[in-house]
Amino acid sequence: MHIHRLEKIWLAIGTLMLFVFLAAVGIGAFAMGNHPPGHSEGIKLDPEKVYETPPFDDPRIEQIGDNEYNAYMVAYVYGYSPHNIEIPVGATVHFYITSADVVHGFAIPGTNVNMMVVPGEVNELTYTFDEPGEHLLICNEYCGIGHEYMSTKIIVKG
Amino acid sequence: MQKNTDSRLALWHILIAYVALTLGGVAGILQGLVRGGMIELPYGIGYYQLLTAHGVLMALVFTTFFIIGFLYAGMVRTTGPLLSTVNRIGWIGFLMMTVGTVLGVIMVLLNKATVLYTFYAPMKASPWFYIALVLIVVGSWCAFVAILSQLRYWKRTHKGKLSPLFAFMAASTMILWFVATLGVAVSVLLQFIPWSFGWVDTINVLISRTLFWYFGHPLVYFWLLPAYACWYVIIPKIIGGKIFSDSMARLSFMLFLLFSIPVGFHHQLMEPGISPTWKYVQVVLTFLVVIPSLMTAFSMFASFELYGRSKGARGLFGWVKKLPYGDARFLLPFVGMLIFIPAGTGGIINASNQMNAVVHNTLWVTGHFHITVASTVAMTFFGITYWLIPHLTGRTYTKKLNRMGILLTITWTFGMALMSGAMHIVGLFGAPRRTAYTTYGDHPTALSWLTYEAVMAIGGVILFIGIIILIISIFMMLRAPKGTEEFPIGEVHDDAGAVPAVLDKWGIWIAILVVLIIVAYAIPFGDMFSGGPGSKPWITW
Repeated sequence: MHIHRLEKIWLAIGTLMLFVFLAAVGIGAFAMGNHPPGHSEGIKLDPEKVYETPPFDDPRIEQIGDNEYNAYMVAYVYGYSPHNIEIPVGATVHFYITSADVVHGFAIPGTNVNMMVVPGEVNELTYTFDEPGEHLLICNEYCGIGHEYMSTKIIVKG
Repeated sequence: MQKNTDSRLALWHILIAYVALTLGGVAGILQGLVRGGMIELPYGIGYYQLLTAHGVLMALVFTTFFIIGFLYAGMVRTTGPLLSTVNRIGWIGFLMMTVGTVLGVIMVLLNKATVLYTFYAPMKASPWFYIALVLIVVGSWCAFVAILSQLRYWKRTHKGKLSPLFAFMAASTMILWFVATLGVAVSVLLQFIPWSFGWVDTINVLISRTLFWYFGHPLVYFWLLPAYACWYVIIPKIIGGKIFSDSMARLSFMLFLLFSIPVGFHHQLMEPGISPTWKYVQVVLTFLVVIPSLMTAFSMFASFELYGRSKGARGLFGWVKKLPYGDARFLLPFVGMLIFIPAGTGGIINASNQMNAVVHNTLWVTGHFHITVASTVAMTFFGITYWLIPHLTGRTYTKKLNRMGILLTITWTFGMALMSGAMHIVGLFGAPRRTAYTTYGDHPTALSWLTYEAVMAIGGVILFIGIIILIISIFMMLRAPKGTEEFPIGEVHDDAGAVPAVLDKWGIWIAILVVLIIVAYAIPFGDMFSGGPGSKPWITW
């Protein structure tokens, strides 16, 4: 098959760039541990029994180390439990979240915190809050008539 | 002009497509104004109801009807009149899709299906909404059967000949569509319908989402491939040039077929229940579409350069000045091509594994698909419409129509730059997509988005003016002076070389595709079955 010489060069450069991109993304994920959310698999629960299943029977934020916390949260139409979380500046928070009803979002604008909340599954991610202030936490997946009101706050105390 | 009943078949598909575009446009402008904080909806109409109507009518109905109508017309042009059975199957498919569309729209208007066009479980619409979707999909499968049968007949009667390039592309598009829609058909038939009628109590949400996105990404290539067919085959003829390379065109379509399907996880990067390894495998496969995309870009501009030089252009870029910018049949798709440069780049950002966290479910994504499908694809389709309706109705493409087309190009580009530009920027700040007007209790972060949302609304109004220009144009086409308007089909450039036979048969490519799908999906999909109990239905609107 005839391929024009310039097209060969063009495709070679493009393909090379492609592999550089993929390597960057792959090294970021597998060598530096910067995976998308939900990387520890296999946590499943009955979506009808969320409030009876530990740790979600008691949604809370719990200190586990030196300025390190686990947040066990439940998303529901149209809010999050626990509501308005307070943490000190510099806190590292491991968020674990599930849904008591439909699919929701979990996003803190201005940060890289962004994940899906799917009933029957537990999603998780870790974030360190280095700046004091009052972060808005919103649902960014359509969940029903009150979706645009579904939010809470993460208050980082200086 | 084509045989009457074939022309009517193609024409009716196109006309229904534009009815859908008009209704979808009305929903769109209202949404834009609500989100921009400029109006509130009267009569108890819901924002999310409009959003559902807009998505279904634009993304599913407008595109599918237009594509099928356009492909039928091109099949007739390149393979001759449709066989009478093929024509009949075409009409059956048309009727099923039309009934499905009407039923679906009624359900949305009755507020029985405010689930958006992605209909994520466990939100439950009326079972009739899902049945409407089945009718649309099965109706489109009739077009798949019709186009493949027509090409098979042509090949039988033209032994040893290479199938016409347009017919090859039409068949590739429909093969892609069939393989992709299998996922959503399985999900709707085996999961949603039994569950929404109450025959089973629960639904596996993760499986339904995975089957949806198995369909949802190739859906965008189902929109793009017919646009590419126009770029590769039709545009060279319109400008008076030649097709740069037949074999590279075919190879790029085969690669699109391979790399557009086993990639749905890049829409699910932020969700639980899928391991990071499988997410990454599908990110790699997603990125491979860069190769056929670069091939397409090269061919387009090579074709333009060859034409420009044949007209005496000199220097490295002298050919740029020779292109027929005053011809709307060229200008509309050409601007669409240019817009695809930032649009494709945005797509690479979206699919970049962890980088997706910055933009996932923000207005950035809405901005992204408004410059891909609603600009690159839609403008190409608009450009086609200006000569296709006259061609099908035995009328001519007049100077007045051309002026309307130029006006449409300017309006659409300007409106989209405002709307999609604002969406991209405010999306980077974290403003969520698919959300009605809100300030989250006057939180400063949300208040900082309002200006951008107002710009989006203004862009939306300008785009709606574009739709009005288009609708007026269509009425003008239907009343244009009688005559003949050609369906432009380009010829291949003399230096292009012979086409290897393997690029005219799908068998081996479909086999590779099946292997890729199994590799990308079998293990993670198997894991999803081992999940806990499913979800009961919820109606939250």
